[in-house]
Amino acid sequence: MAQPISLDVNGRPAPVSVDDPDTPLLYVLRDDLGLHGPRFGCGLGQCGACTVHVDGQAVRSCITPVSSLKAGAKIVTLEGLGSLDKPHPVQAAFIAEQAAQCGYCINGMIMQSAALLNETPKPDETAIRQALAQNLCRCGTHQRIVRAVQRAAGTL
Amino acid sequence: MNAPVLSRRSLLLQGGALVVGFSLSGRGASAQTFAPVATNGFAKPVAPDRVDSFLALGADGHATIFSGKVDLGTGVETALSQIAAEELDLPLDRVTVVQGDTALTPDQGPTYGSLSIQKGGVEIRQAAATARARLVQMASERLGIPADALVSQNGTVHPKAGGQGLSYADLVKDGRLDLKVDPAVKTKDPAQFALVGKPVARVDIPEKMTGRFTYMQDYRVPGMVHARVVRPPTIGADLQGVDEASVADIPGLIKVVRQGNFLAVVTEKEWAAVKAAKQLKATWSTWEGLPEQDKLWQHVRATKVTKDDVTSSTGDAEAALGQAARKLEATYDFAIHTHGSIGPSCAIAELKDGFLTCWTASQMTHALRKQLAAMTGLAPEAVRCIYVEGSGCYGRNGHEDAAGDAALLARAVDRPVRVQWSRADEHGWDPKGPPTLIDLQAGLDPQGNVAAWSSQFHIPEGAAGNVPLVAASLADLPHETTMAPGNIIGNSALPYAFPNVRTVCHRLASTPFRPSWIRTPGRMQNTYANEAFLDECAAAAGADPLEYRLRALKDPRGIEVLTRVADLAKWQARPSPMKDVAGDVLRGRGISYVKYELNRTYVAGVAEVEVNRSTGQVRVPRFFVVQDCGQIINPDGVRNQLDGNVIQTVSRVLLEEVTFDRGAVTSLDWSSYPILTFPDVPEVVINLIDRPSEKPWGAGEPSAAIVPAAVSNAIFDATGVRVRSVPFTPAKVKAALQGA
Ligand code: FES
Ligand code: FES
Repeated sequence: MAQPISLDVNGRPAPVSVDDPDTPLLYVLRDDLGLHGPRFGCGLGQCGACTVHVDGQAVRSCITPVSSLKAGAKIVTLEGLGSLDKPHPVQAAFIAEQAAQCGYCINGMIMQSAALLNETPKPDETAIRQALAQNLCRCGTHQRIVRAVQRAAGTL
Repeated sequence: MNAPVLSRRSLLLQGGALVVGFSLSGRGASAQTFAPVATNGFAKPVAPDRVDSFLALGADGHATIFSGKVDLGTGVETALSQIAAEELDLPLDRVTVVQGDTALTPDQGPTYGSLSIQKGGVEIRQAAATARARLVQMASERLGIPADALVSQNGTVHPKAGGQGLSYADLVKDGRLDLKVDPAVKTKDPAQFALVGKPVARVDIPEKMTGRFTYMQDYRVPGMVHARVVRPPTIGADLQGVDEASVADIPGLIKVVRQGNFLAVVTEKEWAAVKAAKQLKATWSTWEGLPEQDKLWQHVRATKVTKDDVTSSTGDAEAALGQAARKLEATYDFAIHTHGSIGPSCAIAELKDGFLTCWTASQMTHALRKQLAAMTGLAPEAVRCIYVEGSGCYGRNGHEDAAGDAALLARAVDRPVRVQWSRADEHGWDPKGPPTLIDLQAGLDPQGNVAAWSSQFHIPEGAAGNVPLVAASLADLPHETTMAPGNIIGNSALPYAFPNVRTVCHRLASTPFRPSWIRTPGRMQNTYANEAFLDECAAAAGADPLEYRLRALKDPRGIEVLTRVADLAKWQARPSPMKDVAGDVLRGRGISYVKYELNRTYVAGVAEVEVNRSTGQVRVPRFFVVQDCGQIINPDGVRNQLDGNVIQTVSRVLLEEVTFDRGAVTSLDWSSYPILTFPDVPEVVINLIDRPSEKPWGAGEPSAAIVPAAVSNAIFDATGVRVRSVPFTPAKVKAALQGA
């Protein structure tokens, strides 16, 4: 039976209804709320393409049942992080470094890096590589991604 | 019937010219959302010899370029815009590219083979130059000023001496642009280039970085439903029964679709489809038609040879081998690989009034259209494929197959159907880069030079073409029965001037998995064997590997990339391997060179490696690469491609191998098919040679070719042990070290 739930997404209340409380957050964000930032890559927690922030933490939305979210949890997606006109500093740095090829992985790279910089504002290169060790990119954009995070951290 | 309306644009037909005014509200799919409906007898021309097929000039001063080549995440949308804007004398932000729509874009061939700029871009350049010449001529007639006293600039033609000019929109209104492309048209003098050759920022990146881009996986069609396919548990299994009651409780279940061995579930919501696909009970026959994985190379060697392609023959290699002062021989192998797209394939199809529309991330929409027509029994004219950018594909991955699935399902449920493959669908069912086995022999003269070279490549038969669609095969609908592994015989012949050479490709009647091209198909595997074995010869001759190559290389552009990369890497001339090594971690360097397909882009590379003697673990901390692809359109885009090729190929050679049992692929996720991750990604150091007055050649593939041998050669340099089997896993390296 469809159950109404109320999410807080990108600073706005987002009432949705789900048939199954186990529905991963990713499907609610993409299919019910029409968001394009979080991406389906594996559904297994292995690649990071689906990363969103839940209360400031980077979370893999493909393995996060919507029912597991705490009431009032604040969800932020790539769209909510910044916009074309007002990009988040990490987004601006990725644009400046031209850090994408196909860009399919980049949602995860930006969301994971933004969460890292919240905790560790000036990570060194090794710390950045470690923080992104579980985020996969097949196009081989890694160097630019690392540089973009360094740029956002002001350490380039 | 197949004439589209440019629904987001105001389209005017004036004097036969196509004038398109448009406004765009975002990139990705949004630039291409046209409804497939007929209009008043007007169809956008698509013949590849017409200017109107390639471009339209808008009343608002913008140009739309219609490109049969598509951006697969490589940046060609930007590069093609640069070429067109340059030739049309328009600012870059007044050019938009529509890609890979069979109703709107000319068929310029599939987007493969590193040909988007070399072929696609050159065709667009000619069309744009033809258009510009005509615009100047029209202005000359209107203004009564000779054409050579006029200049085009910023979308206007005006007198060189100054004074009132005429805008392109103005000019087109009065005349026709439906003229033939002039292949001999004078294109812009490279000395005048304002955009070509500049590191222009990519047009798609801001939207991709902010979640505003519409990928194929994001695309939605009104009334659309969701599907997941349920593939057989083994490749050749027959479907014996389906228990539909097993999914009766799935909310919004629309249909379980079964046709032959094709099985899928269709639901209102996507998550329901995921659940239904998992929950559906079906019985399948057993099938064990695959070889045992640990006997793969015996299997390849025992496969029937249908023909021999002799790709080069100079002198008498056999006789010279017999007379050589010294003889070497070795066998190299390169495992079965997958494309490994981060986003599993996805497509949408809609069947309406006998007309099939398919939104797809296919690299070959024009060819796919014919495949879908054959499969559904529709006329090709009743099928339209519209490109929507997906996850990078690196060759022919599952995009086309997802389109086949969607087409079959759209017919079965009578609503637009979106098919999203799972991770296991992609890893298990995308076509594979076939296993490659190569035997080599060389004879050295008393000075250590190569006097004879003979090689045999054991590779599947077939060339580039249409890879049969999974849905068509499973449902037993019309489909191709030939293999299409790509042009995998390329670079089996050598770029060096040896006196006696014979290179032969034994083409095999079959290969374990449905093959297709993975990026740099064949050329990567063949160059790996050639350049590593040449290193063996250099070592046997006691020669420095760079100097040894230069001895036999006559091509000045080839010599230049090699000597430049040696400078870049601070190459120290000495024979390999290193002497007097100590410690647990050994370091070495290796060099490699390719002239791509022996007729274009030159690349040379140097790999630095660290080999852990006790674990056999190999790391590549740094890779140097120098490339000459002739005229560079966008140097930043080329660098991005080189980064990608080097990193992806280091991943391939250190880690990657499709695993399988007797029935199916078993490496179905990223833990069983690992790829290189951030801590192990090399620093890539690039030097580009730009030759603005030369032809532009491909940059998307060639540099992958040099990576495997450079790494193998560096491992040899570090350890004195030669690894000849990709991937160079710790187990293999350790075993080789212990055997040494
Ligand atoms: S899609 Fe969530 S980790 Fe891959
Ligand atoms: S940019 Fe394509 S997967 Fe990372």
